Amino acid sequence: MRLPESYFDYPFRRPGMDHERYAYSNLFQRKPVAWPGGARIALWIVPTLEFFPLDMAPKAVKPSGGLERPFPDYWNYTLRDYGNRVGFARIFRALERRGLKASVAMSSRLAERYPHVLEEVNRLGFELVGHGRDMHHIHATGVPRESEREWVEGSLSSLRTLSGQPVKGWYSPAYSESSHTLDLVAAAGCDYVCDWVNDDMPYALGTEAGPLYAMPHGYEISDLQLFHFYKYKPAQFVEQVMDHFDLLDREAVTSGARIVALSLRPWISGVPHRIAAIEQVLDRMGERAGVWSATGAEILAAWKAQQ
Amino acid sequence: MRREDPGLYDYLPYYGRPKLTWPGGAHLAFWCAPNIEHYELDPPLNPSRTPWPRPVPDVLNYAWRDYGNRVGIWRMMAAMDRYGVRGSISLNVAVCDHFPDIAAACRERGWEFFSHGVYNTRYTYNMSEEQERAVIEDVKASIRKWSGQELAGWLAPALTLTERSMDLLAEAGITYTLDLFHDDQPLPVNVRRGRLISVPYSLEINDFTSLFQGNATPRDYTDAIKAQFDRLYLEGAESGQVMCLPLHPFLIGQPHRMKQFEAALEYVTSHDKVWFATGREIAAYYLEHYYDTFAAAIAQRRGRHA
Repeated sequence: MRLPESYFDYPFRRPGMDHERYAYSNLFQRKPVAWPGGARIALWIVPTLEFFPLDMAPKAVKPSGGLERPFPDYWNYTLRDYGNRVGFARIFRALERRGLKASVAMSSRLAERYPHVLEEVNRLGFELVGHGRDMHHIHATGVPRESEREWVEGSLSSLRTLSGQPVKGWYSPAYSESSHTLDLVAAAGCDYVCDWVNDDMPYALGTEAGPLYAMPHGYEISDLQLFHFYKYKPAQFVEQVMDHFDLLDREAVTSGARIVALSLRPWISGVPHRIAAIEQVLDRMGERAGVWSATGAEILAAWKAQQ
Repeated sequence: MRREDPGLYDYLPYYGRPKLTWPGGAHLAFWCAPNIEHYELDPPLNPSRTPWPRPVPDVLNYAWRDYGNRVGIWRMMAAMDRYGVRGSISLNVAVCDHFPDIAAACRERGWEFFSHGVYNTRYTYNMSEEQERAVIEDVKASIRKWSGQELAGWLAPALTLTERSMDLLAEAGITYTLDLFHDDQPLPVNVRRGRLISVPYSLEINDFTSLFQGNATPRDYTDAIKAQFDRLYLEGAESGQVMCLPLHPFLIGQPHRMKQFEAALEYVTSHDKVWFATGREIAAYYLEHYYDTFAAAIAQRRGRHA
């Protein structure tokens, strides 16, 4: 047995990344930033409201929470739908009662189907973030570029029209991108994306349509990771989120202000037995001095002003 | 023809072995092995393994691992500095070409550089003998260039091997392998020519298998590290033991894990009968003082059961 000699070609083996999207950067060698009011932590809460169509078919990239049982999979359809009927309301109320801001990532099909959810987003002054058409339209290699352009433009234009918001943030369904996604998202007028989980602070991504910024989306402490994949209990979720917060809060003193991003899905976090853990985390962070509750657009603007 | 066992070592009962004593009478040789890796966004295909769970570009999984080199390693390194724990890095040597600052930081600390292949997305499966030798030479030259060290240890990239790997490593002058998990002590490995030993690494007390694959909370992980340490420290009073703490900066360097990682380092470093060593130092000490003794014990037993 022998591999083709091309297996031993290393075309990118030189300083920098093995692609052209962004430059390598050591977090601890960057210019420290400060948040408004001298806050050490920008608290960025990102509830993610997704529509999982009953007729979705299996694809190469399976979104977490996707319908995988034989049609009609009422089990999973209704569990996800529960999040958009009941769970999100619990999360929104928890935020409203504490006067916290949020950036809500939303499938455009959900905004079209459930106007009440969008009304609540606007009533509470939350930022809206594009999250694709629905969880069946996964941006990945294999989707023709023209189709993907329609998905990006169509979903953003629907959210913009229905909400009256500019919608400058993008979060690809299932964190999945094709090699064109960033170019299409930037061309459609977005400023930032949530798909790149390789940093704790924003950084610039290059696209055909100019720079786009990767916002740190807290993947490791998301409810998806801690509850759904790691199977942590609510008390363990609270411990880990607070350990995360404490470390970044301490680091902010020496290395510049930091971001704590809390990515929440209503079908996970909005259920009765977990909502108290979310509230507890919000309360504990709220008790701490030096926390700035902000939207993604506000955090990015403050960060960009200091670059 | 495939064998039914690796054929790389003989059976040696755990109790009743020659007594092993570490420098200073330590019960335990403790070493810490951060895996400093790069996973390519679009690697060439090896017929035996798909590099990414999703179609390329697998942005989520690529970025998650990239976190280790941008952020995680620096936090992990600072914590190790605080507790005076040296690293022995399991290195994808291409990391040095991509991120020379990482190589420099490890070199400045006097950490050991050992091989974890070229990239974690270039698997050894299906290589010819000549191809495998060429990779070994590439790694040796890279490690010499970036650290000034002569390569001594090998953990196969992504733990992918061929049946020839151990022979080729020994012939290239490498002294220890980390790919065998059959024992808690170093032991001779049967190779065609030269001397090769296995040094205990760990797939139990490993952040990847524990935190990532095993869904352990950081508190569970630290409890496991302490329990592993306690038992080996105790048994080490009878005969010297080895404990390896293998790490991945993209996992251990996450903000929500640092507190527990520091608690683990605090615990381990609060004991006095510990030799805080590198993989190379453990291997060299064993080769000098115990290889012959253990080889003789194995040969004697083999003779008895022939």
